[in-house]
Amino acid sequence: MTRRIVLRAALVTLVALAATFLLDPYWNFQVARFAACFAAVAGLTVLVGLTGQLSLGHSVLMAAGGYGYAFAAGSVTGALGDSPAAPYAGLLAGLLGGLVAAGALGALLGAAAARLHGPYLAGLTLALVIALPSAAVAVPGLGGDQGLGAPFVPVPDALAALMYVEHFHAVVAIVVAAAAVTPLMLLRAGRQGLRMRAVLGHETAARLSGVNPGLVKAGAFTASSLAAGLGGAVIVMATQSVSPGAFGLTFSMLLVVGAVIGGLGSIGGAAVGAALVVLLPWAVETVLDQLPAGLPPVLAQRLDGNLAVILTGAIVITVIAARPGGVAQLLTPRTTARPTASHDTER
Amino acid sequence: MTRPTTLTATTALAAVAALALTGCSTPGADGTEQVPGVTQDTVTIGTHTPLTGAAAEAYAQISAATSAYFEYVNANGGIHGRSIDYIVKDDGYNPANTQTVTRELVSEDGIFAMVNGLGTPTHTTVLDYLDQNDVPDLFVASGSAQWNQPEEYPNTFGMNVDYVTDGMVLATHATEQDPEATFCVLGQDDDYGGDVLAGVEAVVGADGVVASETYNTSNPDLTAQIGAMKESGCTHAVLATIPGFTAIAMGTAAQLEWFPQYLVSNAGADVESLAGYLGEEGAPLLEGMLATGYLPTGQDNEWYELFSQINDEYNDGAPLTGTAIYGYSVGYHFAEALALAGENPTRASLLEVMESGELVGNGVVPNSLSADDHSPYHAAGITVVTGGEQSYTGDAWAREGDTLSEIELEPKPVENEGIPTGE
Repeated sequence: MTRRIVLRAALVTLVALAATFLLDPYWNFQVARFAACFAAVAGLTVLVGLTGQLSLGHSVLMAAGGYGYAFAAGSVTGALGDSPAAPYAGLLAGLLGGLVAAGALGALLGAAAARLHGPYLAGLTLALVIALPSAAVAVPGLGGDQGLGAPFVPVPDALAALMYVEHFHAVVAIVVAAAAVTPLMLLRAGRQGLRMRAVLGHETAARLSGVNPGLVKAGAFTASSLAAGLGGAVIVMATQSVSPGAFGLTFSMLLVVGAVIGGLGSIGGAAVGAALVVLLPWAVETVLDQLPAGLPPVLAQRLDGNLAVILTGAIVITVIAARPGGVAQLLTPRTTARPTASHDTER
Repeated sequence: MTRPTTLTATTALAAVAALALTGCSTPGADGTEQVPGVTQDTVTIGTHTPLTGAAAEAYAQISAATSAYFEYVNANGGIHGRSIDYIVKDDGYNPANTQTVTRELVSEDGIFAMVNGLGTPTHTTVLDYLDQNDVPDLFVASGSAQWNQPEEYPNTFGMNVDYVTDGMVLATHATEQDPEATFCVLGQDDDYGGDVLAGVEAVVGADGVVASETYNTSNPDLTAQIGAMKESGCTHAVLATIPGFTAIAMGTAAQLEWFPQYLVSNAGADVESLAGYLGEEGAPLLEGMLATGYLPTGQDNEWYELFSQINDEYNDGAPLTGTAIYGYSVGYHFAEALALAGENPTRASLLEVMESGELVGNGVVPNSLSADDHSPYHAAGITVVTGGEQSYTGDAWAREGDTLSEIELEPKPVENEGIPTGE
């Protein structure tokens, strides 16, 4: 089982890496964003789908990963100075820093999550998202609204003939996303996944079978935070900056929407959801631009940023109304034949 | 167990394939043109600016005005026969969006130059990217000193009067009028607020500022800050605030029944925008407000007439506010730079013009662009609001290092109906 999952993950990663060679810089930048969102949505979908803990604050965990990256990468790159290896040591240190920061925050939240049910956990995590901008101002060193810069990671000399910067960043992002998501898939398929499902199904029954629900929930939250943190770190690597505005409420909600549309608990669904989060604003703008001079400028301006949000809402409603299991359910023909039985498997 | 994993692989593959396909259908980055964004008959430039979100209310007027000016130029033959195509991208004043739309402008739309990218926190995050891609980054819409680092960012140039000068001019004028003046400062918690405060302190000393408060654009409640400023007993309140927050500050102070002399930094002082925020009841608060200015202000000058004409014809007759005049002026500055860059402009020739000292612009104070100064305005005049109209008092100063010297305002004449020829 384990070997098969790892092999599959490796295969998908290779295909994704090959695909980056077909893309231009802008689209490779979008691939990096997609990979980061994929890691976060996958973490979220496992958390919500398997343990039923609803987190509305995954963007904050991404932000924690991002700030962790900026600090660690900044100090290591700075310390190594002009050494040609400095940016890459910084990159590794940054990823580690992101993991530590997001893991620490996730473990803290997980401890709370073990005691909180449904709406209370959602409320707690929502409060975190809303508090993020003020926290960035109040905590010295986070740089307020303007945020922090992160060191630039250039293309290594050995690869310089093959790729440009965005391409290299996309490659790094895909590898990191694979490293973030594969453990989640293993977790989901293994014993821990079984325990999570047991806790979700009936907490008392799980307890009677010797499963400690508190530990399982806290563990799931932490694992999910680590994936989100890596996602945040990757975005910061690609954009060379971290600021609270990049991880705001709308983005956090979009992550949840991505998980729901994809199908809770489904990693493949998370990929679809993440693609939607990244592509929808672009798609809407492209369609609006193509309209033959139809819209008056004032209306076009109003629609510009807002239409994507409205459309996302419409898509969620449509998908949930038609297929409660999300896109994942659409893509599995056999599932549709036996909706009730499959529903449990999907979760 | 097998089923979900198969599904995973298939979906991920499908997602990747979809991405790959969309990518292929978009134009490649390695265009065949010699100069990015320049063809036989067009020059394509772009900007990032808030069209949605909290900052949009005031600042969305800027790109609309700049676009209208370019339409006017294009309708009259363009610059050296080329029409200017100005691509405006909404970033909602959110740095994360700025990064995305800037990459789209550079690698998808293939712009010749970024013109008037708006905001300090937003533009900061794309400085490195633009530099690495050798994109000329002209007339950034902010007065932060960051745009003026010719060594580090040779392609980046500011537009606004620099914030330190802004603060120094306000404080100097106030102390000249009233030697007993005591100051308190409300500033945005970034370079904007910090630099203006530094300017005020450079004139009156750190102990001359009896209270210094900051605010954050994500929290529109200024009661605590204004309360503290009122408590400090200062006579003059310096505001380094964006227009929405200038209005909130004045409204909050009025509610607390505190009416200091306001000294407002240029970026947040457009009287028409403020009157819009404050409504009819609040508008009287603006009477007597002192502010800095460096572009044509008020209605009795030829630039106002020109822009008003363009505004009626190409901007649906939108209100011609100070903010809109700023947008028109940005358009004029770029058109002049493009005209001076010659018949066949390149990125190098454009940057050369920016550093040559030939660019005049339409400011009422001298333009100081040069090879070692990438910030065009280190001088400002004082404006006052009387009867709802903002006009220059005639007092003006120019900064040289840490000192100000008094200067005369020198409005530039409108030539060739406001279309630069480069001669």
